Amino acid sequence: MTADQARALIAERFADAQVEGSAPIVATVPPDRWLAFAQFARQELGCGFFSFLTAVDWKDQGLEVVARVDNLDHNVSLFMKTRLGPGVSACASLTSVYSGANWMEREGFDMFGIRFEGHPDLRRILLSDDWEGYPLLKSYAVDTPHPPYR
Amino acid sequence: MTAPSVKRVELDYTGSERLTMNMGPQHPSAHGVFRAVLTLEGETVVGVDSVIGYLHRCHEKLAETLTYAQYPSIASKTDYVAAMTSEFAYVRAAETIGKFEVPKRAQYLRVIVSELQRVASHLLWLGTWCMDMGGALGGGATIFLYCIRERELILDLFESLVGARLLYGFFQVGGVRYDVPDGWIASCRETVDLLDSRISEYEQMLEENPFFMARAQGVGVITRELAESVGISGPLLRGSGVNWDLRRSDPYSSYEDFDFKVPVETAGDCFARYRVRMVEFRESLKIVRQALDRLPEGPISSRPGLKSVGQTRVPKGETYVRVEGARGEVGCYLVADGSAKPYRMKWRGASFSNLAILPHIIPGHKVADIVAIMGSVDPVFGEVDR
Repeated sequence: MTADQARALIAERFADAQVEGSAPIVATVPPDRWLAFAQFARQELGCGFFSFLTAVDWKDQGLEVVARVDNLDHNVSLFMKTRLGPGVSACASLTSVYSGANWMEREGFDMFGIRFEGHPDLRRILLSDDWEGYPLLKSYAVDTPHPPYR
Repeated sequence: MTAPSVKRVELDYTGSERLTMNMGPQHPSAHGVFRAVLTLEGETVVGVDSVIGYLHRCHEKLAETLTYAQYPSIASKTDYVAAMTSEFAYVRAAETIGKFEVPKRAQYLRVIVSELQRVASHLLWLGTWCMDMGGALGGGATIFLYCIRERELILDLFESLVGARLLYGFFQVGGVRYDVPDGWIASCRETVDLLDSRISEYEQMLEENPFFMARAQGVGVITRELAESVGISGPLLRGSGVNWDLRRSDPYSSYEDFDFKVPVETAGDCFARYRVRMVEFRESLKIVRQALDRLPEGPISSRPGLKSVGQTRVPKGETYVRVEGARGEVGCYLVADGSAKPYRMKWRGASFSNLAILPHIIPGHKVADIVAIMGSVDPVFGEVDR
């Protein structure tokens, strides 16, 4: 499968997805199609390699969840994105599709406070359990102290 | 006065009882601060919960507060055992968005230091892994000392090039910071030849040792499907039968100019990962030789003479770049907003994903095998926790 074939297949199956580029393909889907799109990427585009999952805080426009998967046999890279919308911090979990999403989503929860629905074990991973706040949100100030220090 | 009565405890020897055991956070085999909460049934592990984050410094938030000129030297603190490739990922991301050119000489110098770094990192892995498996190797520390001795030679080369032995700040957006000093190329060639001659010695020491083979073969098998689904990369992925090396599949920095083999093993066990790395030693040295032979003349940076740290501005845009580090895919997802600092930086540490394989492969093994499996995964906790 080439990148062009993959793009055509995405356009055919996910009419509501915005698709740009070819190396990598960047596809933005609505949040309710997130899990279905990941299943499609793995099963039909052959993107079995789970590179990473993270989020970007676009302030007033809300959070964007970003994941990158690759088809290692045909060297096709796919960027999956979804905009959660202002004030929304819930997103479908990809753990049922990719095992690697487990730790990555825990990190997303830890840093952005995103509740990944369907995650088997959603708890903080890098910070301690009693940490307050989500450091990678833009509203989390870096220049003011966050006592107690630990 | 009567003797105190002794309370008899009935022990259940049928092996059905489960025991929870803490391994770490300070455990010599972890090569860092890592805690594994093990559930044991007798000597067999049935469950593992990995606790990480002890070295967390929030590099990603830090990157949002530092300029493109400042952060590369901080990036080297993610994977501090292979600092060169960590810096490489960050500067490549900034260069990709900004479309900054990198002169050919700088590209070759980047290849040389990255490959030397891979050898240095693999040497540390081999030494510490074999020491973990200790007694079985007739004293254990022998091969560790040999490897450290060899690694020193590479660190000496880096010291004369950069002035630092472990954390370099060698890369900058647009090129590299230092050119090679007089006589460096000659001493680099000598070191490469010496290292090349030593590798077969280690192979002989290990592969003719039945204890080593027993502890490495068939232990910690990772199937191809699991490997991809978890997202492990580098020697682990190639040890599970996937022919994937970013230097070949997605070439950068003139890697397409060099002739090298990508080792692939299909067994997926500790021994397969060991074999992949042993071949990579030689291939890396081969690349260094070729790059030294053909090192072009010319400038080492397209952006010389920066006067202030805020001078490098990257236009609005976003990208994900990846380089093949010693431990696998080191990636940097960068979102730039046109200012002197990134809007968002995501660091994909190869060790983070590689370590996530542990809960999948450890159950079913004996406690002693955890040490062999951990060592074969080769995590660096600076990169896991970031």
